[in-house]
Amino acid sequence: MREIQAKLITGAVRQMCIDANTDIGDDILGAFDRAKSTEESPLALNIIGQIEENATIAARDKMPYCQDTGFSCFMVDIGQDVHVTGGGIEDAINEGVRQGYNDGYLRKSILNDPIERKNTGDNTPAHIHVDIVPGDRLHIKFSAKGGGSENMSQLAMLKPSDGLDGVKKFVVKVASEAGPNACPPIIVCVGIGGTFDGAALMAKRGVFREAGKPNPDPFYAKLEQELLARVNDLGFGPQGLGGRTSALAVHVEAAACHIASLPVAVNIQCHAHRHREVTL
Amino acid sequence: MTQGVAQPLKIKVPLSREDVQRLKAGDIVHLTGAVLTGRDAAHKRMYDLLEKGEPLPVDLKGQVIYYVGPAPAKPGQVMNSAGPTTSSRMDKYSPRLIEEGLTGMIGKGYRSDAVVEAMKKHGCVYFAAVGGAAALIAKSIKKSEVLVWEDLGTEAVRRMEVENFPAIVIIDTEGNDLYKIGREKYGKPG
Repeated sequence: MREIQAKLITGAVRQMCIDANTDIGDDILGAFDRAKSTEESPLALNIIGQIEENATIAARDKMPYCQDTGFSCFMVDIGQDVHVTGGGIEDAINEGVRQGYNDGYLRKSILNDPIERKNTGDNTPAHIHVDIVPGDRLHIKFSAKGGGSENMSQLAMLKPSDGLDGVKKFVVKVASEAGPNACPPIIVCVGIGGTFDGAALMAKRGVFREAGKPNPDPFYAKLEQELLARVNDLGFGPQGLGGRTSALAVHVEAAACHIASLPVAVNIQCHAHRHREVTL
Repeated sequence: MTQGVAQPLKIKVPLSREDVQRLKAGDIVHLTGAVLTGRDAAHKRMYDLLEKGEPLPVDLKGQVIYYVGPAPAKPGQVMNSAGPTTSSRMDKYSPRLIEEGLTGMIGKGYRSDAVVEAMKKHGCVYFAAVGGAAALIAKSIKKSEVLVWEDLGTEAVRRMEVENFPAIVIIDTEGNDLYKIGREKYGKPG
C-alpha cells in the first residue's frame, strides 16, 4: 500500500484550478493557429485575434480566460494500492477547489440546490468521478466546465437501425443548435454506446482530452475528422458570426452497449477548453 | 488583427434613440460611457417587481444592459474578467424591460422571436461581445459600482463605466440578424 497525504491532493488541485483558468493550453493556441490558415471570413479572423489577445492578457495578468470559471469537474483514477491518509479524497479535492477559487480570484458559480439556488460561495461541491485502476498512483484530471456550452449539450437514445448515419446526424444537429450560444469555436465531445449515463460520461471525458488528440481506434479517429468537417460546413464560425471555424475538434469515445440500444451523448465544450492533470 | 474589417463605430452609451436606429446588424462598435449589468437573478427580480406593478430601483430609459457576472476583483483591480453570458436565459424577461425603455442589450447567442418583436416595436438593439474574451473585455471597463441587490453577488446590478468596449451589432431595430446572415454566407450544404 502506497500512502498519499490528503493535503498533497488539496495542494495539487488548488494549483490546477488556478493554472487551468488563467493559462489556456498550447492545444487550444495551436488549434487557433491552424484555424487562421483555413478561415475565410475577415470578421472570424478578427474574432480569433481577439481571443488570442485575451489568452495573452489572461496568462500575463493572471486573470481568468473567461469569467465563467466553470463547474470544477474531476476524473480521478485511483490505483488500488493507494491509501489516502489524513482525510477523505473527495474532501481533499473540494478543499483544493475552495482554496484555488478563493486564492485565484475565480468566480464562484455553484448553487446549493437547483430549485432553491443559493450560491455556496466557494465553487464546491466539485463534480468528481472516480475510477479504480491497477497500480499505486493517483491520477487527477481537472476541467473548468463552462455553463453556456454545457447548456447546449444533448443525449439521444437512438434505435440500432438508425446506425452510424443516425449518430452523425444527431451530432451535427446538436452542434448546429449550439451555434453562437456555446461560444464557438467549440469542441464537440461525443459518447457513443454504453448506457444512458455511460454515454454522457464518455462524452464528458472529451472535455479532459487535449484538443484534437485523436481517438486511438482508427475507425473513431476517422469519424472524428469527418464530423469535424461536417460541423465546420455548418458555417456558423467563431462566435456564430459566420466563418469556416465552427469547431476546433471533435472527440469521440465508444463503448459496448445493449442489443436494444444506441445511446449518443454530445457534451459541447466552448473554446475556453481549460484542463489540467497531475499524477501523484 | 483587423484585416478586412471596418474600423469600429464609436458609440456613446447610454444609447440615444437616434443611435439605436442608426445601428445595423454587422456593425462593429466601440461603446464608451456607462452601461448597467444584470443577468439571470437580477432579471427575475426586475420582472417580478414590474409584474406586481412596483417601480424598479433603477431607471432603464435609454440604458444598455450587459449580461455579465464578473470574476471577483483582486485587491486594487477595477475589474476582473467580465465577458458576456448567454442571452437566451434573459428572453423571458427582456420584452418587459425593453417596454420600460431599455435601448440596448449586450450578451451572446440567439434571442427569441418575442424579444426581436419588442426590439422592433420599441427601438432596441442587441450587441454581442466575444464570449470567452473576458480578460480582454475587462480592460475596457474603467469603473464599476454595485447599484442594487448586492446580495446577488456576481449577479448584482452594477453601473460600469466603459471606454471603447468592443461589441458587434447582432440584431438591429429592423430585425436583421447577423447570426443568420453569417451562417448563410459561410455554410455549405451537408
